[in-house]
Amino acid sequence: MKEIALHVLDLLQNSVEAGASRVSIDITEDAAMDRLVVEVRDDGRGMQPCVRDRVFDPFVTTRRTRRVGLGLPLLAAAARQAGGEVKVESSPGRGTTVTASFGLTHLDRAPLGDMAATLIAVLAANPQLKLNYRYRRDGGETSFDTEAIERRMGSVPWGEPRVALWARDAIRFGLAEPPEPIPGPARDKGR
Amino acid sequence: MKSLEELERIRKRAQEAMRIREGEQPVKIVVAMGTCGIAAGAREVMTAVLEELAGRSLTGVTVTQTGCIGLCEQEPMLTVEKPGRPAVTYGQVSGDRARRIVAQHVVNDVVVGEWVVAARR
Repeated sequence: MKEIALHVLDLLQNSVEAGASRVSIDITEDAAMDRLVVEVRDDGRGMQPCVRDRVFDPFVTTRRTRRVGLGLPLLAAAARQAGGEVKVESSPGRGTTVTASFGLTHLDRAPLGDMAATLIAVLAANPQLKLNYRYRRDGGETSFDTEAIERRMGSVPWGEPRVALWARDAIRFGLAEPPEPIPGPARDKGR
Repeated sequence: MKSLEELERIRKRAQEAMRIREGEQPVKIVVAMGTCGIAAGAREVMTAVLEELAGRSLTGVTVTQTGCIGLCEQEPMLTVEKPGRPAVTYGQVSGDRARRIVAQHVVNDVVVGEWVVAARR
């Protein structure tokens, strides 16, 4: 994968396949600690401990079309080569949280890439999914929360191409008067 | 900067278009987004499809996704499902090819034969 945003797209596909209805994506750039941390948290069906312990094994997958699962092993390799690591917390019925860390200024760290394109690719194809995105760095924060927008405006047809492209630009260039993000059960679970 | 007022205008237009087409069977465009698809460029395909549909003001087309279907070497893949027609799956699709598939197959109803990897009833 050429961008961290493509790994995030892959993680979001896992969440969709796990039946998630809410997903939060938190990206934090910490210059002082020289860390880039990417967290994807969903309320999907979660995994049994025996499955979770083997998610980094490429020969373990629940899919039947082919017998290798490369998503998490690829992410783990990308994090490791940039001086970071990947953690997976999951239990049945409680969702899954994947946290990947990278050395922020590490030469082998892939660029963050186009997060807006990643998020609308998922949103357009899964318009019912509630997406809560936050990106924090020193001196600034951007966020995009479909649930907060819908609380303000009522239901939004995210699958409509023009709506999805509006969302992409709102993520890229910011949203005037963004509605307050909603702290959801997916976020405060287990904290 | 984007505003919620603008979203409101887009939503109203979309709702009107949906009312006109009520009862019609939608055309479906399915983008494969397994790990293999993503690594090969599925996100660019998805973006191109959305831009092409928006640019042509096409309504009644649903864009969805699927995971890996076991033909990883043919990724990125895209399937066009029209009501009453065989579903046609295209392989090694790029952003430009996706735009042509929307114009030629979705709009003008002519399958782009050279990129087809499968068709099923």
